[in-house]
Amino acid sequence: MHKPPPVLDVDALLDDPRTRIIVCCGSGGVGKTTVAAALGLRAAERGRDVVVLTVDPARRLAQSMGIGELDNSPRRIEGVQGDGELYAMMLDMKRTFDEIVEAHSDPDRARQILANPFYQSLSSSLSGTQEYMAMEKLGQLHRSGDWDLIVVDTPPSRNALDFLDAPERMGRFLDGRLMKLLAAPAKTGGRLGVKVLTAGFGVFTGALNKVLGVQLLRDAQTFVAAFETMFGGFRERAEKTFQLLQTPGTAFVVVATPEPDALREASYFVERLAEERMPLAGLVVNRVHRASAAAVAPSLSSARSQAAAETLTERGEHPLTASLLRLHADRMQLAAREERLRAGFTSAHPSVPVTAVPAQAEDVHDLDGLHLVGDDLAENAAVPAA
Amino acid sequence: MSARDTDWDGVRLHVVTGKGGTGKTTVAAALALALASGGRKVLLAEVEGRQGIAQLFDCPPLPYEERKVAVAPGGGDVYALAIDTEAALIEYLEMFYNLKRAGKAMTKLGVVDFVTTIAPGLRDVILTGKTSEAVRRREKDGSRLYDAVVMDAPPTGRITKFLNVNHEVSGLAKMGPIRNHADTVMRVLRSPETAVHFVTLLEEMPVQETLDGIHDLDEADLPIGGIMINMEHPSALEPDHLAAAGDGSLDLDEIVRGIKSAGLEHGAEDIARALAAEATEHARRTAMQRREKERLAESPHPRYTLPLLSDGIDLAGLYRLAETLRDQGAA
Repeated sequence: MHKPPPVLDVDALLDDPRTRIIVCCGSGGVGKTTVAAALGLRAAERGRDVVVLTVDPARRLAQSMGIGELDNSPRRIEGVQGDGELYAMMLDMKRTFDEIVEAHSDPDRARQILANPFYQSLSSSLSGTQEYMAMEKLGQLHRSGDWDLIVVDTPPSRNALDFLDAPERMGRFLDGRLMKLLAAPAKTGGRLGVKVLTAGFGVFTGALNKVLGVQLLRDAQTFVAAFETMFGGFRERAEKTFQLLQTPGTAFVVVATPEPDALREASYFVERLAEERMPLAGLVVNRVHRASAAAVAPSLSSARSQAAAETLTERGEHPLTASLLRLHADRMQLAAREERLRAGFTSAHPSVPVTAVPAQAEDVHDLDGLHLVGDDLAENAAVPAA
Repeated sequence: MSARDTDWDGVRLHVVTGKGGTGKTTVAAALALALASGGRKVLLAEVEGRQGIAQLFDCPPLPYEERKVAVAPGGGDVYALAIDTEAALIEYLEMFYNLKRAGKAMTKLGVVDFVTTIAPGLRDVILTGKTSEAVRRREKDGSRLYDAVVMDAPPTGRITKFLNVNHEVSGLAKMGPIRNHADTVMRVLRSPETAVHFVTLLEEMPVQETLDGIHDLDEADLPIGGIMINMEHPSALEPDHLAAAGDGSLDLDEIVRGIKSAGLEHGAEDIARALAAEATEHARRTAMQRREKERLAESPHPRYTLPLLSDGIDLAGLYRLAETLRDQGAA
């Protein structure tokens, strides 16, 4: 007999005016974007002024909210009932990066940076940049003070933890010794280079030249020289946003499907959040399968259902009922397996509140679909006591 | 078993991609088992540092080293390798440039961060490079070390960029050893020895991403393999029952009689309604699966179907999936 986990009270979370940021995280393909949108919609309809920031390049979120396409600035969503307002936007990482450059350097220098090939690949195609820019955007939205709740959906990264690590990595890189070393020869015409040579710099640039080709290194150096004025700011801002995520106004919602991989990632994430002292609201188990007949006939177990179906088939009677009973038996089996997996998570993390969202027969297409997901999220009896 | 025709004779590098949550690692592992069966030697390579292969084959985390993880039906070996970017980079520096000392200095100075986080696509160059090295590697007698290599690749959304990284590298490194190496890798990836398979579920988003991915790959001139439809829910109902369930016209009285006849007297009406509701949901899912299957059928690439295993994936399940792939000619 497992002790059921505490229930994640979604409405209490959304209604609490102290909740200012909700971060939805989890591994790829678990439905983070949909959960984020459903939370945002529900919060708006309960009176909050909400912006949902998504990084999912799929247009699904935009479509389900009735607008053709999302971009880098918040768009108001029509058809929201109640007093609150809902805005949504999609992170454009290149645009966000360009804006930082423009905001922190004079026009000439900004132009120089934006035209540099090294900057162009850096800002548009590199892993880590997206996570960093998501943090940057989150910080911007928070500082603007225009919304009293920001719901963020994290980038679809290799694993869920990249979201926390990449900004720090990128900040460290941009502010790091390597960049300063790279910058040195371009800045001082080689004078400093000679000095550092004794510290192994010659070996180092030699190797870099050999591996990367001279021209790539030169582009990088030009970029760094132009970029230098902004260096301090990068790491500092990443750290500030990181700290913001440690305040009680932030709530992390970990999303997983009832599958071993997704729940394992969820476990890692829960442990990591605890290490970083970041506030965890709870776990959403998304797309669970339930046998609805189990509610009206709790005694109709998988085995009993299967046995009844076999009895009918042997007698050659009632083929329709027999196949419905088999269908029910399969669903019960699947539900039991998912419940076992969820219970496994809970035995490792007994204090983490949980809610569940049943699998929909079809994808979410519109606000009504998002309403249904929101209702499921907030349903208190979501997790059956096993 | 003697040699037999499969859809991918001559293919030595199988790249397996798919949207997150579609089971791409599972399908890659099943494909590796299927390809190894009958006495062949196959390498299953993982590039995303998730240790998914170790978990699937129920062994401790894989080091950066090729290790035997399974024996295929009819004799045949599956080796696995979790490619670690940092280790592969150092290895690569030693192999091509004899830069062991510099490699160490680079680690200290954060060049590995540079490569893994920042330097445009170099991380992907290293991952694809290591994989294609395994494809080309030969024994002392000149024969190929591996009959086939299966790569558990990045997800559909990133696959074209990942495989086509040479293009980006060319824009930045116009000459030099990196450029030459990237060109060599690209020759392998674009050759008929390579096929990129897409794993999908019969749901809207994964199917859309698959079709988009196929389109992008095609534009980039990369060889498309098959579409692996994973976790198909079997249809448990007769066609006419399914149709009735779909439009909510199941004969409730008949269901009630059946339930009573099976000895479940108590609350038979409620049970009947609940069972009918489950059937309706099942019918909607089945209809969606059919719609998505039809959309996939518009693409000219071969399709393979793998069933949903309601007990989840364990080793026995993997072998079952491997057999299903072989039966359909995927290996």
